[in-house]
Amino acid sequence: MSLAFTQAPARRWRVPGTTGQIALALGLAAFLLAFLLVPVGSVIYVAFTEKGSGSFTLINFADFFRTDLFMRSFWNSAYVSAMTVVLASLFALPLAYITTRFEFRGALIIQTLGFVPLIMPPFVGAVAMQLLFGRNGSVNLLLNEYFGFRIPFMEGLNGVIFVQAIHYFPFILINLSAALRNIDRSMEEAAQNLGSSGMRMFRRIVLPLAMPGYVAGASLVFVKVFDDLATPLLLNVKDMLAPQAYLRVTSIGLTDPMGYVIAVVLIVVSVLAMWVSALALRGRDYATTQRGGGGLAKRTMRPWEQVVAYGVVGLILALVLAPHLGLLLLSFATIWSFSPLPDGFTVAHYARVFGESSVYIKNTLIYASIAGLIDVVVGTAIAYLVLRTKLIGRHWLDWAATAALAVPGVVLGIGYLRTFYDIRLPDGTPLATMWIVLVIALAIRRLPYALRACYAALQQISVSLEEAAENLGATKPRTVRRIVVPLMMGGILAGFVTSFATAAVELSATLMLVQSNADAPLAYGLYVFMQSAAGRGPGAALGVIAVVLVAACTLLSQYIIDRNQKTTGAAR
Amino acid sequence: MNAHAITDDAAAVLHTAAVDLHIEGVNLSYGSNHVLKNVSLDIKPGEFFAFLGPSGCGKTTLLRLIAGFNTADSGRVVVGGRDISDLPPWKRDVGLVFQSYALWPHMSVARNVAFGLEERGVKRAEIQRRVAAALEIVGLGHLAERRPSQLSGGQQQRVALARTVVIEPKVLLLDEPLSNLDAKMRVQVRRELRDLQQRLGLTTIFVTHDQEEANTVCDRIAVMNDGVVQQVGTPVELYERPANLFVATFLGTANVLEGKVVTSGSDRHFESLGGLRIDIARDAVLPAEARLVFRPQVAKLSKEKPASASAFEGEIMRREFLGSVIRFGILIAGQEITVDEVFHPGAREPHAIGDRVWVEIPASSALWLGPGT
Repeated sequence: MSLAFTQAPARRWRVPGTTGQIALALGLAAFLLAFLLVPVGSVIYVAFTEKGSGSFTLINFADFFRTDLFMRSFWNSAYVSAMTVVLASLFALPLAYITTRFEFRGALIIQTLGFVPLIMPPFVGAVAMQLLFGRNGSVNLLLNEYFGFRIPFMEGLNGVIFVQAIHYFPFILINLSAALRNIDRSMEEAAQNLGSSGMRMFRRIVLPLAMPGYVAGASLVFVKVFDDLATPLLLNVKDMLAPQAYLRVTSIGLTDPMGYVIAVVLIVVSVLAMWVSALALRGRDYATTQRGGGGLAKRTMRPWEQVVAYGVVGLILALVLAPHLGLLLLSFATIWSFSPLPDGFTVAHYARVFGESSVYIKNTLIYASIAGLIDVVVGTAIAYLVLRTKLIGRHWLDWAATAALAVPGVVLGIGYLRTFYDIRLPDGTPLATMWIVLVIALAIRRLPYALRACYAALQQISVSLEEAAENLGATKPRTVRRIVVPLMMGGILAGFVTSFATAAVELSATLMLVQSNADAPLAYGLYVFMQSAAGRGPGAALGVIAVVLVAACTLLSQYIIDRNQKTTGAAR
Repeated sequence: MNAHAITDDAAAVLHTAAVDLHIEGVNLSYGSNHVLKNVSLDIKPGEFFAFLGPSGCGKTTLLRLIAGFNTADSGRVVVGGRDISDLPPWKRDVGLVFQSYALWPHMSVARNVAFGLEERGVKRAEIQRRVAAALEIVGLGHLAERRPSQLSGGQQQRVALARTVVIEPKVLLLDEPLSNLDAKMRVQVRRELRDLQQRLGLTTIFVTHDQEEANTVCDRIAVMNDGVVQQVGTPVELYERPANLFVATFLGTANVLEGKVVTSGSDRHFESLGGLRIDIARDAVLPAEARLVFRPQVAKLSKEKPASASAFEGEIMRREFLGSVIRFGILIAGQEITVDEVFHPGAREPHAIGDRVWVEIPASSALWLGPGT
């Protein structure tokens, strides 16, 4: 009898990371815990506890579902979000179809439309849209004069749907076009080879392949609209969920549980919509362009098709540019009321904005810069820890930071007030009223996007570039400083600029957290101005400044990305 | 380098005393995948050594283990008498030239080469002197201010080499350095590598899957398969006396006859599965379960039956023109035997497909090998 020994060699103990890496990971975990998980957790906690006793209860939710106002708000929010998706799809579908199926000269214009939502936040254009499409706006005045009827574009919920759809349709357009372009031509050719063609083939092959892209874009739009606080408020629509949460907390107070219940409902809807989007994309990575010629076969349009195509594109383009045009007119208008165009023009609004209200601009520049900086530093650190170390639990940092996607601005604002109001500074002022808290809230909201940018930048760097540095004597921190960060710089800068631009015009969390005019950023000032008819001119001027600021940042980020690809693109 | 002769001055700047390298009982697993199995190797000072084997055999894993990018579960690596197993990569002083070259795209050629010296805190004037010497050795002194993306593949490879030798490493590791070059460049660069190694006197390890590369530049070769070192030896030793079937077939073409040894009294002979009977030399030492292995060029082809007892008749099934030889596939007793005939330009070809010919297997040139791994 023999015993077979398969002697497993004794394993050498492997330390999962250096002390520096562990310290960094703990610091990041503490930051995310303090400024994301605890505030959001406290919102959920309050929603489920009894006021006073602190015991677990569902009574708050029962109250929510028993109150007519909240139920009406809930269904209004759902209706507005769903109708926005429908209307946005009506804008996006023909554009996506035209650019991917035909040789079309206007394709570049349509691609440019993709940048429009970044350039103007919806609430900025909302007032201008009232003046153009409202009951006594330019379009309805003209319609009434020549045809004797009006169209209620902007009445009640219609206004929110209209403004949001114009703002968000590019999300669907971009996703759908990308999905269509990623379909390998051989898919279509195989269908033709087997006898299918025309609309039938489009319905049976092309649409199913593009569907995941469409659902991803549509669910994103749904969430954005459902969570948006500023647009309904500016259009004076109050019976929707996000405005209700804001009004409860600001008018009744921090102790009222209903604001927290609404916040939980907002989170649940966000998570559900993202889950739908993840389901749509899971296992359906239909991107098949690696092999054959990219994209579907394009054909030239017949003359009448060209007329229709240019007509559709022109109409949508006019709609998309309407808020910009209206805002510009308003910012230079003396008086604009009951007339298609303003009575006269002036630069007085700009003088006022740059004079007494320049504090808004200064604050915005400071806040958005710091928020962007926090985002890229935290984003780079998390990306490095996740992709380049074997620390246990490093993925939790990624998941925690990404969870901010599902947290609407209103909810984060409420959470910050709840968590940081009771923490007093030595002089007795609550921590929540410090401007730096607002800056951190802005940073947390943008962190998921900055993190993705940093991931992408780091993933493009071959690990062997870092190993080469270590092989030649550079320690890990030195390698990060001399090799990793310089090579990521393009992506980091692009992430910074994007964070900066979106933080500059964020209003949801800002509305909750700004305590005094002196600490307020541009978006808040714009909101305050727009509350009165006399303030609309300066408000519009502030809006134009915001648009110019964001547009400049977007162009800058695009330029940085392009230049970066040119300098390092050829190297492996 | 052929095109750019190395000045002896430049080589002298970077010349260091060669050290030996020992790998002792190294084991490494990724989960349940045992990648390196009890690997031990002794590499002499100044030797040009190759790890040769098919992809997935563990050769690159072993190289990265020496550089410190993989950690062994057990065993150690000793360079110049010092155990480096527990040192991080940046303290090991073993220069690795990456298969992808891994040149930093944001730095000029000169900055790339200066990097390791800067990390070592070398004085600026000395850095300039050594960078200039390293770039001169690889013949790229005139391209010092270029970016890596502006260089050809061959030039990038030389920069990677200069960047590594400039730190005067104790050992030079080359990970498939020729795989990203076209066929013509490959022959030129491998000669340059050999030349450079000789001038610098560096102990060098060369990882490759190409036996021709290993044979032409290396002093000794470790043939690896499935995480195990199969045999270590000079190229000629490995070819003439392969330790097992894997080495025999990996290094060149070999005919393998399965069968058994029959002993009757004082007479021994080999009987193949197809029934071929071959005499065994009296003094031959045979492993258990022996197979008969012979190279295509030791068999002789003839139209008439030769005098030898171990000659067999078969039919030509296949003919491949390889330049200096013509390779025939001959079906004998159900097995195809490969035989090379020297090609004589101008002469009429003696054999054609379908011909019946005699193949003589000289027992003296035959190898007797145990089962391969």
